[in-house]
Amino acid sequence: MTGDVPSMLLKILPEIGMIILVGVVLIVDLVTGKDKPKPFGWIVFFGLLIILILSIFVSQPGSEPELIWGGMLRVDSAGFIFRLLFISAAALTCLITIDHPGLSGRGEFYALLLVSTLGMTLMASAADLIMIFLAIETTSMPLYILAGFLIKDKKSVESGLKYFLFGVGTSTVMLFGFSYIYGLTGTTQLYEIGAAMSSGEIPVLMMAGTMILVLVGFGFKISAVPFHFWAPDVYEGAPTPIAGFLSTASKAAGFAVLMRVFSGIYPSITPLWTILISVLAVASMVIGNFLALAQKNIKRLLAYSSIAQAGYMLIGVAAGTSLGLSAATYYLLAYLLTNIAAFAVVHIVGKSTGSDDISAYAGLSRRSPGLAFVMLIALLSLAGIPPFAGFIGKVLVFTAAMQADMAWLAILGVLNSIVALYYYLVIMKTMYSLPSMEGDRKIIVSPASIAALSLCMVGVILFGTIMFGYGLNLTELASLAFLSY
Amino acid sequence: MIFPILSVIIFTPIAAGIIILLVKAENQSLIKRIALTAVIINLVLSAFVYFRYDVAAAGYQYIEKIPWVTSLGISYHVGVDGISVPMVLLAGIVVFCGVLVSWNVDDRPREFFAFLMFLAASVYGVFCSLDLFLLFFFFELAVFPKYLMIVMWGSPKTRDYGGMKLTLYLFLGSVIALVGALAIYVGSGMNSFDMLELEKAGFSLEFQRIWFPFVFFGFAILSGIFPFHSWAPDGHVAAPTAISMLLAGVEMKVGAFSALRVGIMLLPEGAKVWAPLILVLATINVVYGAFIAMIQKDFKYVIGFSSVSHMGLVLIGFATLNNEGLLGAGMQMFSHGIMTALFFAIVGMVYDRTHTRDIARLGGLNRVMPWAAIGFIVGGLVSMGMPGFSGFVAEFPIFMGAWQTMPMAAVIAAIGIVVTSAYILLVVRKVFFGDLPEEFGGPPKENIQPEGSPSDADMMEKPKRNLPISDINVMDKVAVGLLVLTMIALGWFPSLMAPIVQSGVDRILVILGGI
Amino acid sequence: MDLLEGHLLSWILFTPTIAAVILLFIPGDRVQLIRRIALGASLIPLILSLAVWIQFDPAVNGFQLEEKISWYGELNAYYHVGIDGISLTLVLLTTILSPLAILASYNITDRVKPYMILFLLLETGMLGVFLMLDLMMFFVFWEVGLVPMYFLINQWGGKNRNYASLKFILYTIGGSLGLLLAIQLIGVLTGTFDIPELFVLWPNIGAELSLYGLPAETIKSIAFWAFVLAFAIKVPVWPFHTWLPDAHTEAPTAGSMILAGVLLKLGGYGFIRLVLPLFPVEAKYYAGALAALATLAIIFGALSAFGQSDFKRLVAYSSINHMGFVILGVATAAWAAGTQDAIIAVNGAVLQMFTHGLSSAGMFFLVGVLYDRAHTRDLNEFGGLAAILPVYGGVLIFISMASLGLPGLAGFVSEFMVVRGAWPIFTLATVLSMIGLFFTGAYVLKALMKVLHGPLNQKWNGKISEMNVREIFVIAPLMVLILTIGIWPAWIVDVINRAVMIWF
Repeated sequence: MTGDVPSMLLKILPEIGMIILVGVVLIVDLVTGKDKPKPFGWIVFFGLLIILILSIFVSQPGSEPELIWGGMLRVDSAGFIFRLLFISAAALTCLITIDHPGLSGRGEFYALLLVSTLGMTLMASAADLIMIFLAIETTSMPLYILAGFLIKDKKSVESGLKYFLFGVGTSTVMLFGFSYIYGLTGTTQLYEIGAAMSSGEIPVLMMAGTMILVLVGFGFKISAVPFHFWAPDVYEGAPTPIAGFLSTASKAAGFAVLMRVFSGIYPSITPLWTILISVLAVASMVIGNFLALAQKNIKRLLAYSSIAQAGYMLIGVAAGTSLGLSAATYYLLAYLLTNIAAFAVVHIVGKSTGSDDISAYAGLSRRSPGLAFVMLIALLSLAGIPPFAGFIGKVLVFTAAMQADMAWLAILGVLNSIVALYYYLVIMKTMYSLPSMEGDRKIIVSPASIAALSLCMVGVILFGTIMFGYGLNLTELASLAFLSY
Repeated sequence: MIFPILSVIIFTPIAAGIIILLVKAENQSLIKRIALTAVIINLVLSAFVYFRYDVAAAGYQYIEKIPWVTSLGISYHVGVDGISVPMVLLAGIVVFCGVLVSWNVDDRPREFFAFLMFLAASVYGVFCSLDLFLLFFFFELAVFPKYLMIVMWGSPKTRDYGGMKLTLYLFLGSVIALVGALAIYVGSGMNSFDMLELEKAGFSLEFQRIWFPFVFFGFAILSGIFPFHSWAPDGHVAAPTAISMLLAGVEMKVGAFSALRVGIMLLPEGAKVWAPLILVLATINVVYGAFIAMIQKDFKYVIGFSSVSHMGLVLIGFATLNNEGLLGAGMQMFSHGIMTALFFAIVGMVYDRTHTRDIARLGGLNRVMPWAAIGFIVGGLVSMGMPGFSGFVAEFPIFMGAWQTMPMAAVIAAIGIVVTSAYILLVVRKVFFGDLPEEFGGPPKENIQPEGSPSDADMMEKPKRNLPISDINVMDKVAVGLLVLTMIALGWFPSLMAPIVQSGVDRILVILGGI
Repeated sequence: MDLLEGHLLSWILFTPTIAAVILLFIPGDRVQLIRRIALGASLIPLILSLAVWIQFDPAVNGFQLEEKISWYGELNAYYHVGIDGISLTLVLLTTILSPLAILASYNITDRVKPYMILFLLLETGMLGVFLMLDLMMFFVFWEVGLVPMYFLINQWGGKNRNYASLKFILYTIGGSLGLLLAIQLIGVLTGTFDIPELFVLWPNIGAELSLYGLPAETIKSIAFWAFVLAFAIKVPVWPFHTWLPDAHTEAPTAGSMILAGVLLKLGGYGFIRLVLPLFPVEAKYYAGALAALATLAIIFGALSAFGQSDFKRLVAYSSINHMGFVILGVATAAWAAGTQDAIIAVNGAVLQMFTHGLSSAGMFFLVGVLYDRAHTRDLNEFGGLAAILPVYGGVLIFISMASLGLPGLAGFVSEFMVVRGAWPIFTLATVLSMIGLFFTGAYVLKALMKVLHGPLNQKWNGKISEMNVREIFVIAPLMVLILTIGIWPAWIVDVINRAVMIWF
């Protein structure tokens, strides 16, 4: 616990900024009349952009991680980088929702989005069990509401409810695990817990038990098998941009807290949790991929694909090495840009054709070559094909696995990617070679969406090629931060 | 600063592809001209690199190295040696001919030529890569152009199946090889993906024995090694002409080449352990491919299986691990690449005019397409290993190598050559000589029965009466002429290529013998 | 001049190819021009061969006019040409027959340009075989000659040409496959393909040298049989002859002239140049079998010829009959290498190749002349043509007598020499061959009778014309040569003899 208040404030300037932004949104909502156009999307987008820039220049962590706010938060590269990810995801989501009829004029939507983002940044920096729990709830509650935001749509409401029930249930288990940890160690500060766990006084069985309980909560957040059952329904029912946000930022937050907690609390039983996580990884990949094969609805397919993608990221975590965590982070970065773009396309096509079936994508290449191309790139990146960031992500996690003597995990991973390639190819084929059902009527894409999609694509390509080295440096910083205690 | 010629070769198609994508879709002639310019530049540069390769200096030349990701030891490291520089030239020639032959594509030419350019870039990249990661990068880059080009422009009935089968199979091979490559990276302890450094890594025999199959067979799947070859006939036949040319002519060589570079050159002891098995499988390729080719009813399938058969010879050459075998394999990669590109080009030309690939329905085409006939005949002679053409100068040393390691293989493979001669002569005779069927402008016969069962539906469309079949146009003639001349030139002047390949082989022999 | 002088053999070899390339650029409808260029181009090698003949010094040991350039350096294969008495004779034969055949082809009107191009390429192929002193290049030219002949038969041949040409090429390729493998083996074991070097190296290959477990003896036997098979198919030695009747019958006239006149000699040359020097032990061991097969060829060839009603087919079978003598001579040399008899026998064999080349070319040409006019080759259709075609009749009788081996004509000298050489060695075979000769006479006379003598078959009266000037030009040189050799063979036998004595 260091630093005087002003410097600590600086460190959490982005969070403060987000709170201010929420206030701005609510005020604007109050002030402007019912029928006036309300450019919330743009306001929040630019607001987040400013926060992003501020966060890069003002709130950089020092060379050593430091604990602030009484040990609640830890300012280090990991938190910093993940924060950048969350803010970017939120900003992109804002752009995409600008042309969503049910969402764009609703101030509370953006407020909730911001609060959730805030929660995520706290999740990534949290260094105390209580803080972690608070942050998770701060993240999840708004998300439950956002999922069910379209009250008129039965599916949306259902998805919100499902999400809520599942989330609360798993949170409870996790909280139970937290209480056990507190009971065992007498403290809620992560790194003190870690010291206590490593001291050898606590039986391994107990540690493992708490680990499993805690994993339930985290597993839910990252939609890993067997905590994935909510994902397909929620993704399908929620408003599409929210599904995109969910599948990326929320998952990233889950991973951040997973990596931090496991490396912080359980370093002494690393072999144990790496096995556990690898099992989860394999299960997620296999179930995610094979169930995706049967899907006809693209949002459900992307949901199962996300489950499988979580599996790949878990390979990185399972390796437990600095390269492993770094690989998982890079993968998250790639995945974030890719999935937001993919869901954006789904949103636009869904709006235009009124259907989320894969068959609606037939002939998309003729109706909107740009959209089809973006989707193509997104799918290829997900499949792990160069020159896109997804390829780098995959190679990195597999390298990490090999390095950690887990060749079997890498082999299972690559075999799974073949299965995944199949269904991605089917979509590509549908877009490019089948004739479209409604003739070749062009699809209009709003400027905001074009901006969002372009940003994503540029990111995917750059991080797949030239910025590979730079990106890896960043993620390595993050991973080292996770691993240091 | 030395002119980074290899990078220009690799990135010209990428740039061209991007530019093409930005052009308006209706401006077909501009698109085609951009593509043509790019491939001409590439052809000229490839030839330049090839003919200026310094045989005496041996080793890698035209090297460029820029660090990319230092923490993992990845760099953008390119260069060519005696084995890869003929491959670069091959790619230059085949891609050039592919563009010429596709000149009349009018269905979404923008995407067609852009994807073709990306595919070309990937091929050049693999041949020039001296960094293991970079090699994979370019290797995988080819996946999406291949798939999309088959499903978008391939033969309507089979393209979905053929394209998917090809892509998944090849992806399988490449990810298995990826695991092996990562094992090499991790196992070397050098924290470097640089292949020149990895050659010196000194892996244990156990390590090599386990991981060699991953990299070799993973890559060799792309070269059609038995029993993982079945993607080739279906995929090649389903693909549009230019892609078949590229796939069989160059891509299969990418697979064999990578197997050589990553498998044999990095894990030589492992190669020695597995060589007998590879030899056996490759021999099966040769014979099995030839026999299956003989019974095909579809013109294009004959060529597809013939490719599988001839790649078997390349793999035999590799597996001998001796001087003559490797020399022959290097030459055969080039010779077969040109030959099969020629075959597919002509099959495409025939199909464009007759709209059928059913051998039973074709005939007497030499009367209306004499240039195509001559081209095909030359190709056929090359595939039979007829002296005076490049096939002979490539196959001869392969057999010499085989005699030294496994004489039975040489004898059995020779049977494959006889069978090849038989089916080539029969196909040539039926399709190009004999009587010109009525539907293609020939004299009327009594009682023409429409042939073909429903399962042959893909090969046929409704016959059009008295279709005026024209001979191939100027672009096609240039392509056919270039390919034919290359094979004749190499056949009579093996010294145009043998010394270069030999210098590459010398180095491989050092690697094989040294450790 | 030095360029010409120093590379005489290369010029002989490649002039036809250069001409073929030139022809590529001439439009296909300028038929006369094409013919003239082809004819002129084929005369150049003839002139050059005569120059070589004059220059040739029979006393010199070994090969003359050698040129050696690295061809496929990595495999130690060279472009190595050279000539001795044996090959010079055959080169001369080729360069004489080629222009005559081209002249004979003037009656071809369909697609003259590809025809002539193929013909010229064929000439290069054949010359290459005779001139090459490197096994790999020998093989290259051996195969190269096949393709033009295939197309000549297939495109300009008779009714059954598809079957005949396919059988021809598949049979020959099949046979040469073994040759290819054997050459590869030789290359692997000795590291060289150079024929003069191999003459020394190969027979002495150490018994300890082995390949993959097989002893050297076994390998040599395998290689021996591979070589023998390839050449036996070409000659053809009975029973590998079944491709010949169809091929010869279906080929266009000039094609048959070359086929019988030169191509068959490639096989014989292969025996003499390669099999006997490289495999003396094995050859001696199997000499008896070879002699037996030769005898069978002589007898059965003659009998089959006798039974033919197709004139052309009859002549085809007569080739088998005549080439049998070549093989008999080879068998003798195999058995009794170094003796006087062997030398005489081989002399006879080589000369027989030359004389048979002349006479069979002549016979096929004459058959073609008749066919051009009558559009049939059925012997039974003719009769008494001597009355309306006196010149043709006379020429036919002359050439037939040569074929029969009438003393005073070339055929007699060569057959006599073979028999003289073989008699002490393979007496039984020789006796049986004499019986064969008897049948030779029978079929020749039968043919003559059916065509020329007897009552005139009225349907031809006034329908067919006499031989024209061009045709006379074709046949005349043959007749002159046949007569000259028959009366005064020394000019050629001397050359052959010296070479033979050196090698045998």
